[in-house]
Amino acid sequence: MTQGIRLTMKESVIPFNLGNLEHADNAQSRTQESDVPTQGTEEVPSKITLRGLNFHYGKSQALFDVNLDIPENQVTAFIGPSGCGKSTLLRCFNRIYALYPRHRASGEIILDGENILARGIDLNLLRARVGMVFQSPTPFPMSIYDNIAYGVRLYERLSRASMDRRVTWALKKAALWNEIKDKLHHSGTALSGGQQQRLCIARAIAIKPEVLLLDEPASALDPISTLKIEKLIDELKRDYTIVIVTHNMQQAARVSDYTAFMYLGKLIEFGATRLLFTNPGEKQTEDYITGRYG
Amino acid sequence: MPEQPLTPVANENAAPRRHIAWPDSLYAGAAWLAAASVLIVIGAILFVLIQGALPALHKFGLGFISSDQWNPVTENFGARIPIYGTLVTSLLAMLIAVPVSFGIALFITELCPRWLKRPIGIAVELLAAIPSIIYGMWGLFVFAPLFADHVQPWITEHFGDLPIVGVMFSGPPLGIGLFTASLILAIMVIPFISAIMRDVFEATPRVLKESAYGLGSTTWEVVRHVVLPYTKVGVIGGVMVGLGRALGETMAVTFVIGNAHELSNSLFMPGNTISSTLANEFTEAVSPIYTSSLISLGLILFLISFIVLAVARVLLMRLQINEGHST
Amino acid sequence: MAIDLYLYRKRRLLNLVSLTLSMLATLFGLLWLAWLLWTLVSQGIQYVNWDLFTQATPPPGETGGLSNAITGSLILIALGVAIGAPVGIFAGTYLSEFGRDTRFAAVVRFISDVLLSSIIIGVFVYEVVVIHMGHFSAYAGGLALALIVLPIVLRTTEDMLRLVPDRMREAAAALGAPRWKVIVSIVYRAARSGILTGILLAVARVSGETAPLLFTALNNQFSSTHLNEPIANLPVVIFQFAMSPYDDWQHLAWAGALLITAGILLLNIIVRVFLPEPERQR
Repeated sequence: MTQGIRLTMKESVIPFNLGNLEHADNAQSRTQESDVPTQGTEEVPSKITLRGLNFHYGKSQALFDVNLDIPENQVTAFIGPSGCGKSTLLRCFNRIYALYPRHRASGEIILDGENILARGIDLNLLRARVGMVFQSPTPFPMSIYDNIAYGVRLYERLSRASMDRRVTWALKKAALWNEIKDKLHHSGTALSGGQQQRLCIARAIAIKPEVLLLDEPASALDPISTLKIEKLIDELKRDYTIVIVTHNMQQAARVSDYTAFMYLGKLIEFGATRLLFTNPGEKQTEDYITGRYG
Repeated sequence: MPEQPLTPVANENAAPRRHIAWPDSLYAGAAWLAAASVLIVIGAILFVLIQGALPALHKFGLGFISSDQWNPVTENFGARIPIYGTLVTSLLAMLIAVPVSFGIALFITELCPRWLKRPIGIAVELLAAIPSIIYGMWGLFVFAPLFADHVQPWITEHFGDLPIVGVMFSGPPLGIGLFTASLILAIMVIPFISAIMRDVFEATPRVLKESAYGLGSTTWEVVRHVVLPYTKVGVIGGVMVGLGRALGETMAVTFVIGNAHELSNSLFMPGNTISSTLANEFTEAVSPIYTSSLISLGLILFLISFIVLAVARVLLMRLQINEGHST
Repeated sequence: MAIDLYLYRKRRLLNLVSLTLSMLATLFGLLWLAWLLWTLVSQGIQYVNWDLFTQATPPPGETGGLSNAITGSLILIALGVAIGAPVGIFAGTYLSEFGRDTRFAAVVRFISDVLLSSIIIGVFVYEVVVIHMGHFSAYAGGLALALIVLPIVLRTTEDMLRLVPDRMREAAAALGAPRWKVIVSIVYRAARSGILTGILLAVARVSGETAPLLFTALNNQFSSTHLNEPIANLPVVIFQFAMSPYDDWQHLAWAGALLITAGILLLNIIVRVFLPEPERQR
């Protein structure tokens, strides 16, 4: 499904926020400029399209009618104050929330033309296509090698040699190879925090997903590890559609091409990162990025 | 090594297929069945006990519980003495075991130097590993004679004449009896309670403790005001487990309680518990009404432990609610 | 900042007192262990010899050993664990992974705590199996032990699985692993030493169980490995011999007590030395 980036946040705001109508129109006109993406192409195909997404934890609603297009092979960042629903939104893309019985999403999330919220979707295959890296590192209690190979073995039968190649490839891709190439068969839990997180990224890309979801991947890390992860994200976006949740606005500004600002479960504004940060269309966005709340 | 081209393998089977869920369902089904088997077993036990107890309950009525008769010759049976023995020994055992267990858990988690932690933890757990029959032999052949010769006369002399409580410590120095049984029960449940307390204490988030220390709290204050409130549910759970074990414990008690169907106010006199009565007499009971009376005792033990645990659970729930209110 | 030194000293004193008491409590606990072990060794070691392992239990006044009781105990334990442990692991898995917060799980959890009273299990198996078969048997004993193993393994399994953080399950699920695979290859793996510990501790627990065997497996003077017949076993032999008036039997009882305790303690120590503590991640 290929279409121009429709900066759809207005559709989501208007029904709830009629007072902002005029403002919204302004924003609409302004965001037309932001249709000039960073790459200079007029049209960037969208990988994931959200239509009218609502999310409930039991009885309390966490997301309200979110409409959004995630552009392909770009880095999209979700920012917003704590509890704004940015992580919840991310957890919809691979339906990891479905592990918990009372978590429920409604609406449409269209991945390559298919609504992944529909009945009968194979969640395991979905998750093989949409990889995820979590806030704190989650190495499995096995060797570094097996950590990487674990996900690959789920969907592919590889010879010993090609599995070796795949593991090496993933570790190199995650900029971890040089540090751990001599201890592939040591336990993954013995690595440092930053190394563990890169191991988790390597593990996620080893199964060659199309989309990579990063849930505050650097929030538990030191600045140097953070820098490494950010460089890595920049590398990876050539091959993957990346969605990253971060509470760190500088990080969003550094690594992302597009940014979505969320507040109280609603998508307030979405646009090219450069423009959104320099010239926010919404008062709330401006307040947030200038540090007035959150 | 050259980088592999990134042709996403997953794309080849990209379209998410219809969900093939049977291995998951099979696994969940098997797990459910296993869990349900626990209920099936308990249901069957209850059924068998009630069915077995019916003849005795029919003959003696509710008076079975309050009657202190136990006479296989006249076939007149009552449960009062074993019930009394069971409750007294278990409660006394908890009175001894809970403070000691708390002390041990506190020592292991807060005081003990690192290198000593494991040895002491293991030593205390070994105490739990020793079979109850060994405690019984030790109690009967080693502890009871020593207790009768050296400790009991002294206690009887000094406390036996006190008003009201004095009667608890009177009687000839036999060594065996309710008190000895309680003490051995206490030693047997200490490791269970202290192990659970230690585990829950250690599960207290380090940051929580550190922030209390950061305010200048002493170790005791951290335990009293941070660790205990944080872990009280687990602590009560540990005490509960200890009580459950004490109520049903059989062999150690059978060795040292004296096995006498007599009701005595003195803790130093022989008595009986439900489980020791069963262990001693169940295979020897010849008449149907005798067997039925013994099964009735089993049913009562079952119900007592059930009630104890139910009360503890209700207490736990209330605690959790209170916690919700206060914070 | 004004520091009330009086208050501070009071607090420190309270601290000192409570910590001293806790140290004494620990010594109190260890004292019994030392005393018990000393008793066992001093009473039993002189009667431990080769005959103990090669000869069957004797009639009073003759020499003999405990070989039939040792074999019988091993058979009973194997039976009990073979039946009880798999059910316990599956049930624990259900409580932790599938029905964690359901009413059903809460009931199962509660009930498995009640199951702990071993004498009632003995009565139950007697009424259900022994009466119907018409005689005591190894099957009945094994079943009784299995009913003791089940709740122990169930509770340890659930506890150990719950120690595995949810994000570990999420991370595996996010790679596309189906649920059973997440449980088997990640959750069990992270908790495996804990689960194994639970099983071994259940073994240790049932190897000394006497009460339920009194009514089920009973005893056998002779070496028998027939599962359909009464079978000799250490605990019941120790009980009968210890309570007997014959010196020879009492000596064998002490030797058996030492043997069984040494075995159990060895098992416990092996568990703790070779199995690392379960990984607890915060």
